[in-house]
Amino acid sequence: MHTELFGVVVSFLLTVILAIPLGKYIARVFAGEKNITDFMQPVERLIYRFSGIDPKKGMNWKEFLKAVLTVNLVWLVYAFFLLLFQAHLPLNPDGNPNQTPDLAFNTAISFLVNCDLQHYSGESGLTYLTQLFVVTFLQFVSAATGMACLIAMLVGFKEKTTNNLGNFWTYFVKSITRILLPLSIVIATILALNGTPASFDGKDSIVTLQGDSVHVSRGPAAGMIAIKHLGTNGGGWFGANSAHPLENPNYFTNMVEVVSQVLIPMAVIFAMGIFIKRKKFAYVIFGVMTVGMLVLLVPTIISEIHGNPQIAKMGITQATGAMEGKEVRFGPAASGYWSIVTTIISTGSVNSMHDSAMPLSGMMQLLGMMVNAFYGGCGVGLLNYFIYIIIAVFISGLMVGRTPEFMGHKVEAREVKIAALVTLLSAFLIKGGTALAAYFVAHHANIGWAVQPANWLNNPSYHGFSEMLYEFTSSNANNGSGFEGLGDNNIFWNVSTGIVLILARFIPIIGPIAIIGLLANKKHIPDSAGTLKTDSLTFGLMTFAVILIINALSYFPALALGPIAEFLSQ
Amino acid sequence: MSKHIRSNKLFEASLVKEAVRQSFVKLNPRILFRNPVMFTVEVGTIIMLGVCIWIATGEKSQGSLAYNLIIFGILLLTLLFANFAEAIAEARGKAQAESLRKTREETPAKWIQTVGEIFVNEIKIVPSSQLKKGDVFLCEAGDMIPMDGEIIEGIATIDESAITGESAPVIRESGGDKSSVTGGTKVLSDHIKVRVTTEPGESFLDKMIALVEGASRQKTPNEIALTILLAAFTLIFVIVCVTLKPFADYAHTPITIAAFVSLFVCLIPTTIGGLLSAIGIAGMDRALRANVITKSGKAVETAGDLDTLLLDKTGTITIGNRKATSFWPADGIDDTVFVEACVLASLADETPEGKSIVELAGNKGIKAPSLQKEGISFIKFTAETRSSGIDMAGLKIRKGAFDAIRNLVIKAGNEFPSSTEERVKLISSNGGTPLVVSQNGQVLGVIELQDIIKPGIQERFERLRKMGVKTVMVTGDNPLTAKYIAEKAGVDDFIAEAKPEDKMNYIKQEQQNGKLVAMMGDGTNDAPALAQADVGVAMNSGTQAAKEAGNMVDLDNDPTKLIEVVEIGKQLLMTRGTLTTFSIANDVAKYFAIVPALFIASIPALQGLNIMNLHSPESAILSAVIFNAIIIPLLIPLALKGVSYKPIGASALLRRNLLIYGIGGVIIPFIGIKLIDMVVAQWF
Repeated sequence: MHTELFGVVVSFLLTVILAIPLGKYIARVFAGEKNITDFMQPVERLIYRFSGIDPKKGMNWKEFLKAVLTVNLVWLVYAFFLLLFQAHLPLNPDGNPNQTPDLAFNTAISFLVNCDLQHYSGESGLTYLTQLFVVTFLQFVSAATGMACLIAMLVGFKEKTTNNLGNFWTYFVKSITRILLPLSIVIATILALNGTPASFDGKDSIVTLQGDSVHVSRGPAAGMIAIKHLGTNGGGWFGANSAHPLENPNYFTNMVEVVSQVLIPMAVIFAMGIFIKRKKFAYVIFGVMTVGMLVLLVPTIISEIHGNPQIAKMGITQATGAMEGKEVRFGPAASGYWSIVTTIISTGSVNSMHDSAMPLSGMMQLLGMMVNAFYGGCGVGLLNYFIYIIIAVFISGLMVGRTPEFMGHKVEAREVKIAALVTLLSAFLIKGGTALAAYFVAHHANIGWAVQPANWLNNPSYHGFSEMLYEFTSSNANNGSGFEGLGDNNIFWNVSTGIVLILARFIPIIGPIAIIGLLANKKHIPDSAGTLKTDSLTFGLMTFAVILIINALSYFPALALGPIAEFLSQ
Repeated sequence: MSKHIRSNKLFEASLVKEAVRQSFVKLNPRILFRNPVMFTVEVGTIIMLGVCIWIATGEKSQGSLAYNLIIFGILLLTLLFANFAEAIAEARGKAQAESLRKTREETPAKWIQTVGEIFVNEIKIVPSSQLKKGDVFLCEAGDMIPMDGEIIEGIATIDESAITGESAPVIRESGGDKSSVTGGTKVLSDHIKVRVTTEPGESFLDKMIALVEGASRQKTPNEIALTILLAAFTLIFVIVCVTLKPFADYAHTPITIAAFVSLFVCLIPTTIGGLLSAIGIAGMDRALRANVITKSGKAVETAGDLDTLLLDKTGTITIGNRKATSFWPADGIDDTVFVEACVLASLADETPEGKSIVELAGNKGIKAPSLQKEGISFIKFTAETRSSGIDMAGLKIRKGAFDAIRNLVIKAGNEFPSSTEERVKLISSNGGTPLVVSQNGQVLGVIELQDIIKPGIQERFERLRKMGVKTVMVTGDNPLTAKYIAEKAGVDDFIAEAKPEDKMNYIKQEQQNGKLVAMMGDGTNDAPALAQADVGVAMNSGTQAAKEAGNMVDLDNDPTKLIEVVEIGKQLLMTRGTLTTFSIANDVAKYFAIVPALFIASIPALQGLNIMNLHSPESAILSAVIFNAIIIPLLIPLALKGVSYKPIGASALLRRNLLIYGIGGVIIPFIGIKLIDMVVAQWF
């Protein structure tokens, strides 16, 4: 047991140790200072020339968002049609069929928005072409979009007064050429060396020890699995995601994957401190996020290691903890750690089945996604955290007797309005979606749909409710993991989660960028003794309290009916 | 000095009566619509009324009629409490302003008729309310001035104690910066002709009353932002409550309408929603109690944010004029002889400096020697000689500036003693003014005059510094003197040899750097700077132009008032922030009261969430709603008085308020709801 916990501690510390230098490097890249990947410059220049981009052209927040949204729309259309006709396209050795329109809609959006919710199984639902040129492609560009938006926000933090947030295209290209691509190559090589497939051959067949003949899916998976974690995407090559022995062969690859998914979200916090020249501000945020993670992690690991009380009641000892839905090669501690990491940072890859986790762990996973800002997704985690900061700044600014200001800019009605809207959106999408699903299950269980609502849930009662709540929470957080008991490949779930996904991706990007655009345009006010310091521990505490209270107030009743009721009924 | 007797009682019987009446008037949805939080409560109340009628006509699924009626009653009470908070704040502000206005109502005015541009010397007595802007009236000794106006002819001493509380009469004369008179004050001597400068009903007090009454009260920018945030919280709880219905259906739990409405009303931030406008009005009222008329709520709010205060040296930092502080006899001159000569030289000097010399000598026990009437002539100060003195019995005593006396001494063929010259330099470098005294062309010594810094002013500046406010002294003195006084008084910066445009430039420069600047002024040439400043406080004694340009008027003409204004502004914002925090923190306990109550019937396990161990679902819901209602009136005193401000630095202040109102806001309702439940459990 101690060894297992030790593995968790090492994984976390390793991430921090790697994130610090990476953060410095990211700051250098985007500040335009000399760094070791400058040899990529000719490639970038070629891309700019080929695409007709003027890399020196600055953008105000509206132009910036226009660029973000336009290019995302192009990718969406492209991905949708490729998925729709994949059967007839090359690189389909296993002869997998086309996706249905509703599934293609859901899949295209899901990968575009960095969520990677999968209502299909990779082995049969995609071809190698769509795996590479839809899924893997979107995993790169969605992560880079998130990072580019983050850099725009940091420029707004840094500058005294400006309406120039920088050029989206250069941030975007550099995110790929300087950060995502090099790191992916390293991770993919490690994975491939440990047994993850990297070939274009179709299914292999083996004969097991029992003498059964089994077909084993393969493919050029290693590269995709690398970016799936680095870009906090999470969509697996295989249906079982990182619980699959080829996707995550051993404890070492498990560690590599769990470290690589937290790496960039953590590194960008340090990068922010250097980039905006406010290291303390970054450290306080890092502290708040780490405490937040621990608050979710500790109960999860404890309840997983203690095992299932229902099984204990039957008189069965669970020396290895709660093992249902877990891989023996990882054990409950590493699975618990992964399940929290993957939910707080919006990866959504899994190495165990969350549906089988203890009720308390399930609640912690849900909370991780509801908050969605403890480290958070690639780039977007800090954007989400920024919204909490605005609300915290507003309330605490008043409490110290000054109209609120952040980074020397007054926070006024317009900014509060946008922040409030973004906050509202999560509550609306998660609870509204779940309510809609619950309504159909309660009142129209046998409606004449292809898949009747009565058949959605594999578990009755509280856990069934948690499954629906989890699906919408995961969609809203652009997370992508699931309580897989839910029968979700049908029109209702494909369309409803598709809509939630796209709204929950772009509005929380538009909101913070708009706020920072408006703020940065205002007159800069130098700090005085009466100014509230946003890099103080007190303010960190305040932000934590705001995160806690907003989420508790928004979701308490839903959590009470799902995981809490299940926990108390044990 | 006889200050106004202002009632500091929060709830005066007459005001309460009016406020109670207004609480009902304000139930009008069209009025309540301005406040989204309380408006939704009103919607809930109406729904509950409908439910009660429904039950009365035979519906069985919604619980007992008594229970529903009680919920309806409590919700109505919640609304009335919130309305009362606003009404009592309005009533107090209005009473305050009325008491000031009363003095000037219906005073007979001696109206001077005009024919075209020409005044006809015929005087007609009319009530003051009939005077229009531009009319001219006459005021003689003993008359009450009927309206605000500007003197166009004459000079008079005026008793302004009715407005300012200052009993010493002031002089007002036509032309220049002292030409403004205020209605309600009394002419003590002479007579003046005054032109009315405001339309009836448009004086500052009238404007202020309108502001307080709500008709013309605009929400301040910060109030709007906060309202948006509160509306967002309200919407979150709309979502929570609406989605709870299908959730409950899924869990096969019937939930009564009363329970839904109660949950909703308890969760939305009614505490701050109900008190928000009261807080804003109380801010203006507190300013008025400090004898400052604010022209908008925004000005008070801005005051809390000020970064820089421009203060005139004279009257603010130092007491009026310079005073003699020491006598420095020249080498070989007897102390008493010197002082006596000083007294003689100053006997006829009516300037405050001259008087202070006689006074200082008196303190040393030296009085003027008795004088014969003959042969004495006083020499007045002239710009040419730059000295004054006395000629008597063969003695020519002169007192004046260093170079003037030196010239005189050298002319007489004597030497100017070097030790005295040293002393003169020393006094100058210490910010003082040296006055050299000579007798028959021989130097007797130097009198040192110093600015007297107001007692306690250093502490006030220190307090401002801790608040993060920079103080700037504006003076006509030379830079050396200015620097000395600035250091001694503890101001952060100074403008020496200041011309009116220097103030303006300084303000603009500070604003360029993103700072908010306040200044106080009275003269017409201050008007542009007053308008430019973010908070411009005009003295009531100032000119009409100055008063129009500023956004506050100080009735006391007290330049240190800016400091109070800053604290009032900070208190206003803090009260909003802390009550918002308190209101939202309250929800934690309310959830723990209501959520288990809603589901306990179908999910017995949720009893585990009933950590307060409330008696029954009905008692739990009732207790939460009752707590939610009575917390509003309990907090009215805090809303009206404001949260006290302590200059301990922003982070420390935040910690303190988070502890009191955040943690307190979480804990108090647990205790309150439990106590109420113990009572309610008798019946439900």
